[in-house]
Amino acid sequence: MSRTPPSPRAEDAPVLRAEGLVKTHHGEGAPAHAVRGVDLAVQKGEFVAVTGPSGAGKSTLLHLLGGLQRPDSGSVWLDGECTDAYSEARWAVERRRRIGIVFQFFNLVSNLSVADNVELPALLAGVSPKQARAEREELLAELGLEGKERSMPGELSGGEQQRVALARALVNHPPLLLADEPAGSLDSKGTREVTRLLSRFHQRGQTILLVTHDARLASAADRVISFFDGRIADDAALDGTPSRGVGISGVLELKD
Amino acid sequence: MRLSLLALLARGPAHGYELKQDLEQLLGAAYPQPNVGQIYVTLGRLEKSGLIAGEEVEQSSRPNKKIYHLTDAGREALRAWYEETADEPRVRDEFFMKLALAPQTGLADQIALINKQRRQYLNTMRDLSKLAAAESRDNRISQLLIEGAMLHLQADLDWLERCQEELEELE
Repeated sequence: MSRTPPSPRAEDAPVLRAEGLVKTHHGEGAPAHAVRGVDLAVQKGEFVAVTGPSGAGKSTLLHLLGGLQRPDSGSVWLDGECTDAYSEARWAVERRRRIGIVFQFFNLVSNLSVADNVELPALLAGVSPKQARAEREELLAELGLEGKERSMPGELSGGEQQRVALARALVNHPPLLLADEPAGSLDSKGTREVTRLLSRFHQRGQTILLVTHDARLASAADRVISFFDGRIADDAALDGTPSRGVGISGVLELKD
Repeated sequence: MRLSLLALLARGPAHGYELKQDLEQLLGAAYPQPNVGQIYVTLGRLEKSGLIAGEEVEQSSRPNKKIYHLTDAGREALRAWYEETADEPRVRDEFFMKLALAPQTGLADQIALINKQRRQYLNTMRDLSKLAAAESRDNRISQLLIEGAMLHLQADLDWLERCQEELEELE
């Protein structure tokens, strides 16, 4: 496996940086310009949501940032380190160490128990079985999944499966969590649950980049990027102060 | 507020301050707290129009309080209220007029307008999420009120997205 020489990392380097990302899908018919020149930096501790209509290219963007797809041009840096020379194998390693990912359809291994699904990435990363088990127990308790260790993914509700996927993504304490429509196949109760958990991990310092078309989920982030037609149309910090200066109960107006 | 007060009085007689507390308890923090002055003014008007009737009750150490009850006409008005369906909220006309007329004024860019409006909606959505988290989960009515506001806002945001898609195509 080829390794790039370790480069000096500035303490204040963004957890994630992208410059000039371009990706065109060549399928049948006209080429689809999914990502058309994206510059982006995510600082440590930020919770960033990317929203936009379906087909705007936001999932492709997340795949480029997590090394699941390679850009046609442009580069991605992790903690100040350029990933241009990363092999597939190296990306796979980074997706265990530095990046956790949750997907819309959970992508759990269906013939492994909940416990094994969560422990597997820890074991693959070289953690001792005892340590992996301890991490798994802590995360499942945290996520309200005690007693489900022996269940198979198919026996769980969508919301529960997504919580298992979240535990799996976080078991190696990655500096960056990527989430691709994590509530996209959940009902509104499941959506609230995922929103609450992401907020909680963020409050403890987890850096998160989330792709979603659900504004309720996006509004949990402290920065929202609007993605249209492969480009960033707006990049706004949500200040969390009431927008009309009338106090929090002024958000709702009941008419007579 | 008129009809909500009538509805509260359908249960039995009450004085103004009780009605204020009932409303607050039912709707939770999401509801802009009605001030007691507004309630007394509204009760006065309802009494004048014969929908409720008030009765002074003497209190030994305090000023008299007025206990109101629903009249037959009031009960009829309330019944009519429940007969009607409510008007659905309309598209945000003011924003839409701004957006539609922007190119003619040369004073604002449509996409910039949409972005600005989206920021406001997202901030409001965030406020609502906080409100929902702060409100007791057991207060179903209040939680439903907030959830309704969030779903409306989600629709507004979806619609902004549609505006942006259409208008960017024209550019």
